Amino acid sequence: MRKLLFESLIRPPLTERPPRASDAAVDELARALNGVAHRRLGRSLSIRAVDAGSCNGCELEMHALNNAFYDIERFGIRFVASPRHADVLLVTGPVTKNMREALKRTYDATPNPKWVVALGDCAQNGGCFAGSYAVVRGVSEALPVDLHIPGCPPPPIEILKGLLALLEGVNSKAGVARN
Amino acid sequence: MPALTDLILAGKGVDNHFPWSRAVVTSKKWSFAVEQLAEGHWSLLGLWGEPGTVHMALLDEAVGNIGIVSLLCPDGRYPSVGLLHPPALRLERAAADLFGLLPQGAPDTRRWLDHGYWGISFPLSARARTSVATAPPYHFLPAEGESLHQIPVGPVHAGIIEPGHFRFTASGETVVRLEERLGYTHKGIEGLMAGSDIDHAAKLAGRTSGDSTVAYSLAFSRAVEAALGIEVPPRAVWLRALMAELERLANHLGDIGAICNDAAFALMHAHCGVLRERVLRASDAAFGHRLMRDRVVPGGVATYLNDEGTTAIWALIAEIRQRFPALVELYDNTASLQDRTVATGRLKVELARQYRAGGYVGRASGRDFDARRSLAYPPYDALNFNVPLLQEGDVNARVWIRIHEVEQSLSLVEQILRQLPGGPICVDFAQTGGPHEGMALVEGFRGDILAWLRIGKSGLVERCHLRDPSWFQWPLLEAAIEGNIVADFPLCNKSFNCSYSGHDL
Repeated sequence: MRKLLFESLIRPPLTERPPRASDAAVDELARALNGVAHRRLGRSLSIRAVDAGSCNGCELEMHALNNAFYDIERFGIRFVASPRHADVLLVTGPVTKNMREALKRTYDATPNPKWVVALGDCAQNGGCFAGSYAVVRGVSEALPVDLHIPGCPPPPIEILKGLLALLEGVNSKAGVARN
Repeated sequence: MPALTDLILAGKGVDNHFPWSRAVVTSKKWSFAVEQLAEGHWSLLGLWGEPGTVHMALLDEAVGNIGIVSLLCPDGRYPSVGLLHPPALRLERAAADLFGLLPQGAPDTRRWLDHGYWGISFPLSARARTSVATAPPYHFLPAEGESLHQIPVGPVHAGIIEPGHFRFTASGETVVRLEERLGYTHKGIEGLMAGSDIDHAAKLAGRTSGDSTVAYSLAFSRAVEAALGIEVPPRAVWLRALMAELERLANHLGDIGAICNDAAFALMHAHCGVLRERVLRASDAAFGHRLMRDRVVPGGVATYLNDEGTTAIWALIAEIRQRFPALVELYDNTASLQDRTVATGRLKVELARQYRAGGYVGRASGRDFDARRSLAYPPYDALNFNVPLLQEGDVNARVWIRIHEVEQSLSLVEQILRQLPGGPICVDFAQTGGPHEGMALVEGFRGDILAWLRIGKSGLVERCHLRDPSWFQWPLLEAAIEGNIVADFPLCNKSFNCSYSGHDL
């Protein structure tokens, strides 16, 4: 173990350069977050991931955000274990009818101000699962959505860009508390 | 011991079913097959429904023969398999929810996938009817004893994982009973596939379980190709195996790190995470998608693999070969970590055999089955590899199986790159009359995935069933956790790493 730790000290870091916030995401946010800020979050964002019936692909790429290459915590963004600690719900999947109630309860348990990010193509409109008896067409059918990050699944760098855009939007534009 | 072939021959053979035979049998023969399952002579590969029919795929492991028996049940009733052979129980409950097929004598008739929110009952049957979307209470199995308490967990968990509910009954810290409730991610994939064209169905198959997208696409494509008699070009066959092994590498590396992380050993997680990311990046460079989604298609593959991609994979193999041994040594020599994994969550050999647990779950508990070797589908018939096997059945054994499989996959990737043939990567296929039926069994990282389908005269998918290996692993997790402390559940759960989405469909 000592050898591994020592090697890590002398190896150059693997971490990627910070990406620019996604322009498209910034535009969408500008539309979504008009109004007066109730509270500034500073450079910190706590995220609660909710799988509302995804295939698990988006979760894999979310996990990748924590690896040494993307190291999401350097941006002040972290995944938390409870919605009660969260600013953002990061929702994946087309929202199955079996998960809709749990998703709503998770949203209700998240304190204001809060934002909802729909991650992945099927979270946007149901994707290839749209039309099934068992799903609703995306997160916006169940909750108010502030930002969509497209992709199937979106690569970690795209998720990161979207979240940075959210952070910038929250800080510069106006974070709206939803009542 | 009766041969499966005799049973199939005794039934009414179905035309155009490949590569194995399917026969419509009488109720008596059906019950005979159930007895053989219960006595352990044959094993159950899958059980699925259709309006008015129930199918069962069987494996005669002694001779490596596979057969499908079907029972017509126009009134929706059939003799229960789960009554004598418990591994079929949840499959029967799922078929009851979707098709209204009722297993007679089944000991557990609670709903499984249908939580009461769909607004429709028996959605895939001919007698589907709208119903009021109300969720009836779900009765968990009782546990009796002094000062027992229950811990409900999920469907929304603390980590970034899929949704499912776990109901623990504990005596102090010790788990007396765990009961799972799944179905939260049920998307109705089989319903969406029915009546869709092959391309769309292939996309759905590739989105059944995100971590096994290559394996699912492969299973679906092989079933289509079997049904329609399509010969896949050699280069595509080898590229498919290359992608399948990269997927296995990525998942095993991720799992080894994540299991250690659940024992609070983050260093291993960090290093394995780096290697996993390297695999995903090499896959992206070689095939244009980190998870290689939609790269295996019916008829071949979608990406040729150029020199740049080949170089990226060679560099990846070199990197893992250089870094991985130090991590294995770290795992093996860290006493505090071994203290958590050794003898934790032990799965008995007999249970693994009865449930025919696939993948690392089965192979860590003495079940020597790997579809790549046992069925030797190409190109694995031309490749050299070992199937690691252990008997201990604890978390530690499941880690070691993964470690050995990483080593085997590295060697397989090298062999494939060295022998990769040239030529076309995809063939066009035309529909010729119908119906045609096909089945495939493919080894994903988690175990063997079954795909069965019927393509109708119009060239559309009439019915497709996908059976995830998790169907037979989830119930075993309930058994493995018994007597362990609640705090070791994440560790046990991660060492099984069953799929929620693949199971719920």
